[in-house]
Amino acid sequence: MPYTYHTDDDRKAMLAALGLKSEEELIDVIPDKFRLRQLLPLEKGRTEPETLRAMGLLSRANRPAGHLVSFLGGGVYDHTVPSVVKNLTGRPEFATAYTPYQPEASQGTLQVIFEFQTHISRLTRLPVANASMYDGATALAEACLMAAKITKRDVVLVPQALNPRYLRVVKSYVAGQGIEIRAVSPSPAGDLDLAALRRALSDKVAAAVVQTPNYFGVLERPWEFEKDVHAAGALVVASVDPVSLSLLKPPGEYGADIAVGECQPLGNEMSYGGPLVGFMACKQEYIRQMPGRIVSATRDVDGRDAFVLTLQTREQHIRREKATSNICTNQGLLATRATIYVSLLGEHGFTELGRVCHERARKLAGMIAACDGYALAYSAPFFREFVVSCPADAGAIVEAARRDGVLAGIPLERYFGPGARQRLLVAVTEKHQDEDFEKLCAVLKRAALVKVG
Amino acid sequence: MDFKNVRFTKEHEWVRSGDGDEVTIGITDFASGELGDIVYVELPKVGAEVTAMQSMGTIEAVKTVADLYAPVSGVVAAVNGALEQSPDLVNKDPFGDGWFVRVKMKNRRELDALMDRAAYQNMIGK
Repeated sequence: MPYTYHTDDDRKAMLAALGLKSEEELIDVIPDKFRLRQLLPLEKGRTEPETLRAMGLLSRANRPAGHLVSFLGGGVYDHTVPSVVKNLTGRPEFATAYTPYQPEASQGTLQVIFEFQTHISRLTRLPVANASMYDGATALAEACLMAAKITKRDVVLVPQALNPRYLRVVKSYVAGQGIEIRAVSPSPAGDLDLAALRRALSDKVAAAVVQTPNYFGVLERPWEFEKDVHAAGALVVASVDPVSLSLLKPPGEYGADIAVGECQPLGNEMSYGGPLVGFMACKQEYIRQMPGRIVSATRDVDGRDAFVLTLQTREQHIRREKATSNICTNQGLLATRATIYVSLLGEHGFTELGRVCHERARKLAGMIAACDGYALAYSAPFFREFVVSCPADAGAIVEAARRDGVLAGIPLERYFGPGARQRLLVAVTEKHQDEDFEKLCAVLKRAALVKVG
Repeated sequence: MDFKNVRFTKEHEWVRSGDGDEVTIGITDFASGELGDIVYVELPKVGAEVTAMQSMGTIEAVKTVADLYAPVSGVVAAVNGALEQSPDLVNKDPFGDGWFVRVKMKNRRELDALMDRAAYQNMIGK
């Protein structure tokens, strides 16, 4: 918002209408630790151009990932966003459209959503997909609630190697619904400990969640335990990276009942970690327990192709507190970007994307493992992200690397405690060049020497 | 249909009792008429415990979804499987082929709290 035009009188009138005394009262619910209790350090009485220049200089202290060499991942990835994606989604028909409350009047919007669902259905090999979710974390949380509703059970098994941010969202979501989350430990190789998973199954378990690749980048083998989960009367919920589905077996082919994930890697910017866009697909038989909205193709009275919103009778505006979920909208613009991105790449391009990411990741992993003191933490196969075991505190290495203009990855201690102090999560995409790899290895080697010295 | 052994709830379910503890449950013609074309019904599982005046399933029509309330407490003894393929039976024959579930009652006395036909018709203004 570059210009606010309200006069003092306007503000007074608005506050009076709200029954408030000051603007402060509007925002006093924000915890104090997040509040900036001072004015911005700007000189008074400056002109607009002078102020803009001062702010511009100030903003140069920012170090956006795009200006650095970034190996950050952990659920949000730095893929190339083709210009056509930005251009098309910048069109006002897409950029300014709000969720369609008279949906059938917005045939263009519905067509895009229908195509998004089609892409997700094809990628996951599950017959139905919804119009998108807020992000991968809430999509997983909704899948857990859905499984509990379907099975009428109240325990959900999640892997300890689940994205820790997802875990926090899932816990917040299910806290009020009497659903218990139980963690299943990983094997030394970094994937799920199948014996531990089997021991955890019981007639109380609604779902076993599998995330593949998991937070450590490691690939799981859900087909090895899918039958056990189903035999126990529970559902298999797969949280998957859509880019990995370019190469890996899709959830629908290993018996997953619900698949969810994050579409940020498909044509969306990292944007400081959000907004994101989630997806959900499931088996046909669970369509009525699926949250959110679904667009269907049909024919109108004149026999023309048309799109309609279906199953919205279970949404919040009709079912109120009994709605399937309180998600009653979708992440339209970002889902549009994902749709355009996947359409643009096509089947061949998408497979190529996955292959390049994987090959680049393997190359970097080999280079890092050849650096003195560094090794791969896990032996199980990975896709485009892996954990490095470092000779020193990974947080300190990341700090040192940042000074050299390299975002080396995510130090895992912050999520997994002191045992993970020397663990660093490194993500690779098709954007990385050999020189980026060399730069990272040089930084890592220097950091190891500092430690020895 | 003979309504002598039929009781009604304010949520528009009917309950038909016989000599034993089992009752048959459905929704009234008034309710199915108000809902419009019913496209899907979600029923409890056989063996499930249900509690009087709590939701035990849902009835989905074109424009809305309504809850199916248990008129009495007990255990589900049978469900009308025909509704899975033909939910429109609820519109066509609400007191007959459009029945929902049979419940083995825990306490016959709960029936006493329900309305007879005259009281129900009075409630809906017919």
